[in-house]
Amino acid sequence: MSTIYIMWLRQMLRYFRSPPRIVAALAQPLLYLLAFGYGFGRIYQMAGQGDYLAFLAPGILGMSILFTSIFSGMELIWDRQFGFLKETLAAPVSRVNVMLGRTAGGATVATFQAAIVLVLAILFGFRPHDWWMLIPALLAMFLVAMLFTTLGTWFAAMLSDFQGFQMIMNFLVMPMFFLSGAMFPLNSVPPVLSMIARVDPLSYGVDAFRGLLGGASHFGLGVDFAVLAVITLVLLALGSRAFSRIEA
Amino acid sequence: MSDAMIEVIDLTKKFGDVTAVDAVSFSVKRGEIFAFLGPNGAGKSTTIKMLTTLLRPTSGTIRVNGLDPHKQALAVRRSFGIVFQDPSLDDQLTAQENMEIHGALYKVKDAKPKIERLLKFVDLYDRRKTQVQKFSGGMKRRLEIARGLLHHPTIIFLDEPTLGLDPQTRNQMWAYLHEMNKNEGTTVFFTTHYMEEADRNAQRIAIIDNGKIVAMGSPAEVKQSQNAETLEDAFLALTGHSIREEDASSTDRMRTMMRGFQNRRR
Ligand SMILES: Nc1ncnc2c1ncn2[C@@H]1O[C@H](COP(=O)(O)OP(=O)(O)OP(=O)(O)O)[C@@H](O)[C@H]1O
Ligand SMILES: [Mg+2]
Repeated sequence: MSTIYIMWLRQMLRYFRSPPRIVAALAQPLLYLLAFGYGFGRIYQMAGQGDYLAFLAPGILGMSILFTSIFSGMELIWDRQFGFLKETLAAPVSRVNVMLGRTAGGATVATFQAAIVLVLAILFGFRPHDWWMLIPALLAMFLVAMLFTTLGTWFAAMLSDFQGFQMIMNFLVMPMFFLSGAMFPLNSVPPVLSMIARVDPLSYGVDAFRGLLGGASHFGLGVDFAVLAVITLVLLALGSRAFSRIEA
Repeated sequence: MSDAMIEVIDLTKKFGDVTAVDAVSFSVKRGEIFAFLGPNGAGKSTTIKMLTTLLRPTSGTIRVNGLDPHKQALAVRRSFGIVFQDPSLDDQLTAQENMEIHGALYKVKDAKPKIERLLKFVDLYDRRKTQVQKFSGGMKRRLEIARGLLHHPTIIFLDEPTLGLDPQTRNQMWAYLHEMNKNEGTTVFFTTHYMEEADRNAQRIAIIDNGKIVAMGSPAEVKQSQNAETLEDAFLALTGHSIREEDASSTDRMRTMMRGFQNRRR
């Protein structure tokens, strides 16, 4: 337990020590809120779909969590290159706990970032249909953050260099974002897109945010949470296995 | 319990077609101070990584404290401490935080006063709240040493611990290690390129060259076998005078690249 805590704490210390990183990670979601929220909002309304910001904000939350989490998980590559990883690999503690602590730390950071994005969205005029739902929404955000931080950690445990990181960003993370329904409603897309969205874990995350904050979900909140929890558990198992086998 | 703290038989490690460690056998007694010497690229660090569970051997057997580092990794990790040759600090954190994380990972009891004492010992106490990235190379090295001494293991591995250290810190470190060795029976396994340091501190040495052990025994025995005045002369007689060409390893190159990248990010 103390191992999990200390590794979590380390991620916190690193995060709060670099304000530039906090600001940089907010720039992208902010840009999307402005460009799409104001830019597309009119078209969306004219198409008779209603308030675009209400639709968009949960998608932007999903985007923020996806990118911050994957990045936090893949920070492992940096730790390997700069050497700190060895310190934790040689320590007399369970590597599974080391990994859990790192992952929980990364997920906390991603949730915190997304909470800031949520506040910004509210400042721009986004209104949750029920303010009390912010609490379960935060829980859902943390779950999605765990999922993607674990995914990032798992990949990083198998990769050792920066080229691999770029590949994963371009061929996995970007498609995962664009095909998830974060930016468009899933009930009005061609069947192929809808099929793809069904195997994209982010779809269920964004859908859960929509269900909790907007009051209407596509798959149903039960399905969303079940899918997210199962995938997270499977990834935790795969990630721990890969992490335990890392050589220095 | 056997009196061997480390027992290595026919240990081999291959990286692709490079044989870094080639059928090496040796043993280190409980409570012994043992130096592992050899030119650059001889296979010293690779051997240490296999002894300390960080690298899986290609073949051969290892016992550390009677245990197999591969099959009983956690139990082996409980018995040793290590100072790495390469940096292993978190340079975003402060000196104090690096020490505290180590204390937590190694479950050091009463860590606060020990950390204070060790930071004073390596003369970093006044800088304890400074981020490690603002330290000089030697200061980082001193912090690595202080951190390695925070818990008192049964066996301590030190991979070129004195590289880049000033004589003051070097002597302090050795005084500390000799005291641990005497009072607690700690086994010390170290590498160094300073022959005089090995001669002065080690009870026994092994010289490895191109992955093979070429000499073993007390420093006096090794000198005698080569009819040499100094250990340095014996070392050169055994390993030849040619300089080992070794291009920067791929990790080093990667590290340089990543540093460039990080700086750009800032
Ligand atoms: N991860 C790796 N991948 C490929 N080759 C490696 C790796 N690590 C070490 N080697 C090779 O194994 C050989 C032994 O390296 P090692 O680091 O053990 O040498 P060393 O005796 O510690 O040298 P030094 O005195 O320079 O520290 C070298 O030829 C090195 O290039
Ligand atoms: Mg070495």
